[in-house]
Amino acid sequence: MHKKIIIIGGGPAGLAAACAAVEAGVSNEDVLILERDREPGGILNQCIHAGFGLHRFGEELTGPEYAERYIEKARALNIPIALNCMVLSLSSDRRVTFVSPEYGYTEATADAVILAMGCRERTRGALNIPGSRPSGIFTAGTAQRYINIEGYMPGRRVVILGSGDIGLIMARRMTLEGAKVLSVCEIMPYSGGLQRNIVQCLDDFGIPLRLSYTVTEIRGRDRVEGVTIAKVDEANGRRPIPGTEEYIECDTLLLSVGLIPENELTRGAGVPIDRTTNGARVNQFRETGAEGIYACGNVLHVHDLVDYVSEEAAIAGIAAANKVLGRTGGTLKSIEVKPGHGVRYTIPQRIDLTENEDSVRIFFRVTDVFKKVRFIIADEDGNILMKKVKSGAAPGEMESLELKGDIIKALAQSETACVNVYLEE
Amino acid sequence: MIYDVLIIGAGVTGVMTARLLSAKNCTTAVVEAECDVAMGATRANSAIVHAGYDCKPGTLKAKLNVRGNRLMKELCAQLDVPIRCCGSHVVAFSEDDMTTLRELYDKGAANGVPDMRIISKEELLKMEPNVSDKAFGSLWAPTAAITCPYGICIAAAENAATNGVDFFFNFRVNGASYNGETWQITNGTNTVEARYVINCAGVNSDKTAQLLGERDFPISITPRRGEYIVMDKICGKMANSTLFVCPSGRGKGILVSPTVDGNLLIGPNAYHIDDPDDKSTTADGLAEITEGAKLLMPSVDTRNAITSFSGVRSTPNIYDYYIKISDGLPHVIHAVGVESPGFASSPATAEYLAELLVDAGLTLTDRDDYIPTRRADGNHKHFNDMTPEEKTEAIRRNPAYGKIVCRCETVTEGDLIDAIISPIPAVTVDMLKRRTRAGMGRCQGGFCSPRAAVLIAEHTNSTLDKVTKSGGGSWIVTKRDSE
Repeated sequence: MHKKIIIIGGGPAGLAAACAAVEAGVSNEDVLILERDREPGGILNQCIHAGFGLHRFGEELTGPEYAERYIEKARALNIPIALNCMVLSLSSDRRVTFVSPEYGYTEATADAVILAMGCRERTRGALNIPGSRPSGIFTAGTAQRYINIEGYMPGRRVVILGSGDIGLIMARRMTLEGAKVLSVCEIMPYSGGLQRNIVQCLDDFGIPLRLSYTVTEIRGRDRVEGVTIAKVDEANGRRPIPGTEEYIECDTLLLSVGLIPENELTRGAGVPIDRTTNGARVNQFRETGAEGIYACGNVLHVHDLVDYVSEEAAIAGIAAANKVLGRTGGTLKSIEVKPGHGVRYTIPQRIDLTENEDSVRIFFRVTDVFKKVRFIIADEDGNILMKKVKSGAAPGEMESLELKGDIIKALAQSETACVNVYLEE
Repeated sequence: MIYDVLIIGAGVTGVMTARLLSAKNCTTAVVEAECDVAMGATRANSAIVHAGYDCKPGTLKAKLNVRGNRLMKELCAQLDVPIRCCGSHVVAFSEDDMTTLRELYDKGAANGVPDMRIISKEELLKMEPNVSDKAFGSLWAPTAAITCPYGICIAAAENAATNGVDFFFNFRVNGASYNGETWQITNGTNTVEARYVINCAGVNSDKTAQLLGERDFPISITPRRGEYIVMDKICGKMANSTLFVCPSGRGKGILVSPTVDGNLLIGPNAYHIDDPDDKSTTADGLAEITEGAKLLMPSVDTRNAITSFSGVRSTPNIYDYYIKISDGLPHVIHAVGVESPGFASSPATAEYLAELLVDAGLTLTDRDDYIPTRRADGNHKHFNDMTPEEKTEAIRRNPAYGKIVCRCETVTEGDLIDAIISPIPAVTVDMLKRRTRAGMGRCQGGFCSPRAAVLIAEHTNSTLDKVTKSGGGSWIVTKRDSE
């Protein structure tokens, strides 16, 4: 099988990338989405709460509703989606092997591949929480699936470790379903989730958020019987402070301790990975270090809002379309984008300047909670290219700056090989 | 029904014995306190088929280890269970350690371990580039191998069940009597009757001996817990072979080893505990094994840990295995204190126990209708182990093999259903996990465990709230309030 564009993943990123590619002129028959689940839409299908689409559609949608918008669009464009379809391997020259009940074991090639596999949740093992290994320890997303898709309750008395957005959403969901959420413990001195979720999911239900707290032990033989929590010492590597332990009787521990982009296929293809994002290193077109392989959505870096996933996926889809239709010019020069003070990472990590370069938007996350900040982009000599003042910033919320066309043109003519993105407090 | 032989305990020793007896003209039953085979030390250990150099020459342990090492490889081939003959290094970090290596070498030579060599630091670092450059050299034993200990135990149990062995699970023996001809072994609710009894009860084998009526039984067992950390497959190639630190007083010390599934395993420590069921891990213990592993291999990074676990060894008050016909009780054979290398020894231990059964008066002749594979129709390969041609054919025959349920370990719905309806049906999520690896990967069941649980409910005519993680009170979900 040969396709112009193969898209791995039929969640919000894959769907938006496919639609953008077809709208940019690639024939729908030359595109194929490979989706591992029995239906497209990805994890949005189990996110039945509202709050999606405010930026993209200017209205508040549920996860399945947001997904439906793109599923409908893909359907209207007649984009083929192979369901129950798992990709087993990818090579740097874009050979894809996949398996599904319908296609069997298939090898395919493509002129462009768009990676849109999403991310997975960090587990207890990754944290190495000591204690027994009973039933009743779930990642927040697994618990969400049990309630929202399978229609069962994962527990009655719940402690949540980590205050990522899914954890916050699940605190509310479990409460609404009749469970008692006893505590949300966050090892950091601030929550990694969106402020609106802390207010709407914890504060409104009187659920305590305990900052600088972690779970130090899990007890129970068959089922969780309780957990020990303790305050951590910020100054000492966030180690538990002896004497601050508290035992909480509960039957369930939910983990919302971070998301990890699912880049096993990406690594297998030898694509260079950014150690901070755990996703591929990309240029402004979301093209990775392997020619013709693009990445977008949570497989590239973990997003706070799906609206930005759609936006990023469209960039990748259009770029892949331009590539396979032979509409790309040569790169004049590459400029590295480096995170500086207060900035954890940037997307893209590289700007490839071509003759007709447009403006480039740089997305980034900050390293800590800041009150009033000034975001700055400077060239390698420290000359400030642009700045923007903001009243506050937190690691949970994505920031962005736009480098306008005239700055880009100036960069193309300058000697500079990199730009730094940083902040001043 | 009156069985010829009743085996107490479905760990690897009991199961290997049951499998061997299933090839003979005799009837065999196995009673097991837990819900599955391989639930004690067999489930949680270093997964090493030891070469046999660290057993005292002349002991039963030495003899069974060296023979078991060879038989285990044959058995894995026969039952299509992956095994990797990766060899092992005992790594010395001082001149004193080098002396210990020479002693180990001599013991190995006396035990008949083939092809060992003491190698230089240079050769060691060439074979194992990630080993600490503080190493002095190593004892290289190429016959050491890695496999999946519960995997081979499950395979052997399926093979035994296919040939007519009856397994009774959730059967914790609490009473025994002998009527002059047969033993009645009971768990209080049910009773199984047999002419001969073999005690393979692992960490509970001393108590089981007493339950059978032994007085002044010379062996007592102390549970000794060891903790382990499993690392992501991206670390799986950091070690080419099993690496031990030079032994000290307690056990074989901390090791770093590849696993047959491609992960990296570090551990164990060794601490006496009171409760043999206490399989928890501790912060101190995990820190200790991390530190120990870093001595061998400084680049070990526990940020790549995917899970940790602990296993409980059954350490006896004597050096050797205590495998003998009871002095005082009729038709009873004990296999007690079979600690490390009990797994490596197990196929040879089974042979030895069969010989003791004959000595005790049972006649054993070969069956001519014995089925040597796991199932009557063969060994049932996992999808992930198939060639592309086999994969294509498997999906064509059964489209469920085209549906990946566990992404991390590439386990298909076909593999899962096959395990649910196998000779020893996998009816809990953990049973399914041990048989198929669904949930053993880097996401630790985040995606697949709800789907696995749904498949169990579907194929056992049950509902999700009845499915457990590992039997007993390990429920996963309850019905919603509205229902």
